[in-house]
Amino acid sequence: MNAIEVRGLRKSYGAFEAVRGIDFELGAGEVFGLLGPNGAGKTTTVEILVGYRRRDAGEVRVLGKDPERADRAWRSRIGIVPQTGELFPNLSVIEHLELFAGYYDNPRPPSEVLAVVGLEEKARARTRMLSGGQKRRLDLGVALVGDPELLFLDEPTTGFDPGARRAAWETIRSLRSFGKTILLTTHYIEEAHQLADRVAVLTRGEIVASGTPAELIAQAPSTVIRYRRNGEQVVLETEEPVRVLHELTAEALRDGLELQGLEVHRPTLEEVYLSLTEEAAE
Amino acid sequence: MRLFLHQLKAEQTLFWRSRELAFFTFLLPILFFLLLGSAYGDDEINGVDGYQFLLAGMIGYGAASTTFAGLALLLVIRRESGVLKRLRATPLPPSTYVGAVLGSIIFIFLLEAAILIALGRLAYDVPIADSLASLILVLLLGAASFAALGIGLTALIKSAEGSSAVVNALYLPLSFISGAFFSQDTFPDLLQKLAALLPLSHLIALTRDVMVYDERIWEHLDDVAVIAVWGLVGLAGAVRGFRWEPREG
Repeated sequence: MNAIEVRGLRKSYGAFEAVRGIDFELGAGEVFGLLGPNGAGKTTTVEILVGYRRRDAGEVRVLGKDPERADRAWRSRIGIVPQTGELFPNLSVIEHLELFAGYYDNPRPPSEVLAVVGLEEKARARTRMLSGGQKRRLDLGVALVGDPELLFLDEPTTGFDPGARRAAWETIRSLRSFGKTILLTTHYIEEAHQLADRVAVLTRGEIVASGTPAELIAQAPSTVIRYRRNGEQVVLETEEPVRVLHELTAEALRDGLELQGLEVHRPTLEEVYLSLTEEAAE
Repeated sequence: MRLFLHQLKAEQTLFWRSRELAFFTFLLPILFFLLLGSAYGDDEINGVDGYQFLLAGMIGYGAASTTFAGLALLLVIRRESGVLKRLRATPLPPSTYVGAVLGSIIFIFLLEAAILIALGRLAYDVPIADSLASLILVLLLGAASFAALGIGLTALIKSAEGSSAVVNALYLPLSFISGAFFSQDTFPDLLQKLAALLPLSHLIALTRDVMVYDERIWEHLDDVAVIAVWGLVGLAGAVRGFRWEPREG
């Protein structure tokens, strides 16, 4: 049985259609990335899947249940790292883990969770004294302490510096080795590429592409040529790189110009993503 | 029950660690008792000893400041910071959570009332009520009614920044015109009429009847009714308007 099944999901806020009929599913043990720019409908989708919001239309099954009819047993099987939101500023790290552990019948030992999220040295620090990255790790710890099967990570590394992001990726990778099913939202293409088995690109409430990162790259034109002209970046996508390059360089030689920063390469996932989200915006 | 006690313990830790809240809601009525007592405690007010008169007022003020103002502030701050929403996603049943928050704040009010009464007894010879049962019923009635109003009030507050302004603008004038600090006798007629409609003046009157005149709670069912009706208004507002999510969305 799939951990998550979504069919024809729709949600509007007044006249604004935040999610416009999306379908996807998540197998048990899979890491799935919902990738899209800000305002694409990622958080709305997650909030419907965890039972915070009601959908307008569509079928949703999470761990075999409709989240709108969530009960205590179902809630004990999911963990959530919300995109925003504080914890208690006056409780320490370990006190938070102990408090949340108390809500579950079979929690993981708080000291063990402390090690998983790398906050052993901050165990006794009050939450208001933590840095942004440390708070985010505590968010993850609070979501993990109930030992959930299914984890929702809503933009878990937004605002991180590159070093902290890589450390967070390591932690998330270690979770998959425990067999957790993870739904991850992100607007960082690299994050989806690094962590997700499969990715769906969500733009303006619609899924415009989905597949493994390799499949997404395969959908794109075979070669990208970049250079700068008068200080402006030019990007050409082509199936015939030899002909296009020949014409380009011949023209430059004739005019006595240099093609500054000339590059020829296979498209990155980022370029695929940008072309997909730009097409949708047009 | 295990979950309730687990949450109750956490609520106590959280309350006493948030110094500002503990000071303004718990300690201030005790400080005012000492302060106002030093000003007119030895005088005779409305035919009774000043300290006796003031003690009932301070217990009423304590109910308004802990179970009404303190509870509303605490819940709005938690709602706006997103922590209520996060608790909602855990297996902790909402009713257990609300029950523990209420249990905790009512315990704090009863502790405050006990300290006020003990202080009055030990330092100023204020006699303790003849009927302890009546006194406890009055305190619980007041606490329940103001707690319901406090939760109902959260529905009207839009942001954490504005919350203490709104809450103070309501409960401080309420306490003043209800005669918590001074006798209402010198107040203009209109203020007295207004106060008669509000629950705090009835709670203070009831406390005074029980503590000063050694009467029983059932001899004043009209006061009980006003306090209870206000509590039901608060409850209706709480049921309709209480939210777990921040208001930003």
